[in-house]
Amino acid sequence: MIESIFIALSGLGAGFAYLVTQGLPNVVMMVIGGVLLYLAIKKDVEPLLLVPIGFGCLLVNMPLGDLMEQGGILRFFYDTGIITELFPLLIFVGIGAMTDFSPLLENPKILMLGAAGQFGIFLTLLLALALGFSQLESVCIGIIGACDGPTAIYVTTQYAPHLLGAVSVAAYSYMSLVPIIQPPIMRLLTTQREKTIRMEMVQGTISKTTKILFPILVTLVTGLIAPKGLPLMGMIMLGNFLKESGVVARLTSASENEIANVVTLFLGLAIGGTMEGHAFLRAQTLMIFALGLVAICLDTVAGVLFGKLMCFLSGGKINPLIGAAGISAYPMAARVVQHQGNLYDKKNYLLMHAMGANTGGQIGSVMAAAIMLSILKGMGLV
Amino acid sequence: MDKWSFGISVTIVGMGGTLLTLWLLGLFTRLLKWAFPPEGAPSSTAQNQGGEAK
Repeated sequence: MIESIFIALSGLGAGFAYLVTQGLPNVVMMVIGGVLLYLAIKKDVEPLLLVPIGFGCLLVNMPLGDLMEQGGILRFFYDTGIITELFPLLIFVGIGAMTDFSPLLENPKILMLGAAGQFGIFLTLLLALALGFSQLESVCIGIIGACDGPTAIYVTTQYAPHLLGAVSVAAYSYMSLVPIIQPPIMRLLTTQREKTIRMEMVQGTISKTTKILFPILVTLVTGLIAPKGLPLMGMIMLGNFLKESGVVARLTSASENEIANVVTLFLGLAIGGTMEGHAFLRAQTLMIFALGLVAICLDTVAGVLFGKLMCFLSGGKINPLIGAAGISAYPMAARVVQHQGNLYDKKNYLLMHAMGANTGGQIGSVMAAAIMLSILKGMGLV
Repeated sequence: MDKWSFGISVTIVGMGGTLLTLWLLGLFTRLLKWAFPPEGAPSSTAQNQGGEAK
């Protein structure tokens, strides 16, 4: 009898015993989970994502909880929504429903800034290869430069699922650090005269029909060029089509609210679940974070330099600062451009143009990923 | 295929493909605007003089 009681009690202390004997990586990861929660709550760093990721990280590192083992709740979220790619695609429907492409449609030329802003993806891929990562791992690390969480998750799930935690946390963290990362690069690469260029405002040139047909046009063109990326582009354009059609207000509302919110919670928890100490705490993870930072800096450099080229070709009518908004961090990058422009000319109004470049960056980032996936398929690597 | 052939090929085709696709999209968008102009209201263009967003 007494022996049975002791055996029963020993089960209660197993967690502590594990932590003391072999749980150092778990303790470190619980601290990291705590830091993510602190950043989200106190510093307002992507709270919608970092709160569930941080808590998921905490949960998965509790010893003997087996939340990521077969039958565990985090494993269920992971298998159901990440492995199947369902969660990032559903998030894209919500993003599409929340995005207004009007500023881009007013001035389609600035779509090119959305392409230039993806340069960091490819240069970082080369850097990752140089650092010894495999080909598919390098593709996933480069994708951090898309500044687009769901795209990074979608690609990494397919080609390097063991890097999912590091890649997605890096992508979301750097997205929220755009207001800190971009301004020094923008100031460095532009002259005083360029910073104060005022751009012509064009309004009222888009019909309702154009707005409705635009998502269909993008789906058809990009789907034919890079079919492997059709799930990504198709879902974002579906969300936008729901919004612009104007006849399915309930579906639009559900996409940008209920569906996006529920999926964000499950997605965050599942990503947190991949941050198990023994798998996450490697030199490789630090390298991924460093490369992610490089990717976003290079995106900004390429965007601003392309903006300078467009400024030159247009006879000084385009402010090169808006090139920095050619990344996918929407609408944060556009706000950064407006703020920087105002520092040098308080009456300069760049927000609308920057929003155009920023929505172009959203299309550009998904397109870059789609093309990369189609190239991999063409090379027979996937 | 060695890793550098892979990396350089993906970079050239990937970046080139992205630029080309977005250029094409821009072109088609201009065509779309031309084919379906806004009804009633004529296009308006105004110089940025620090006005508020509409």
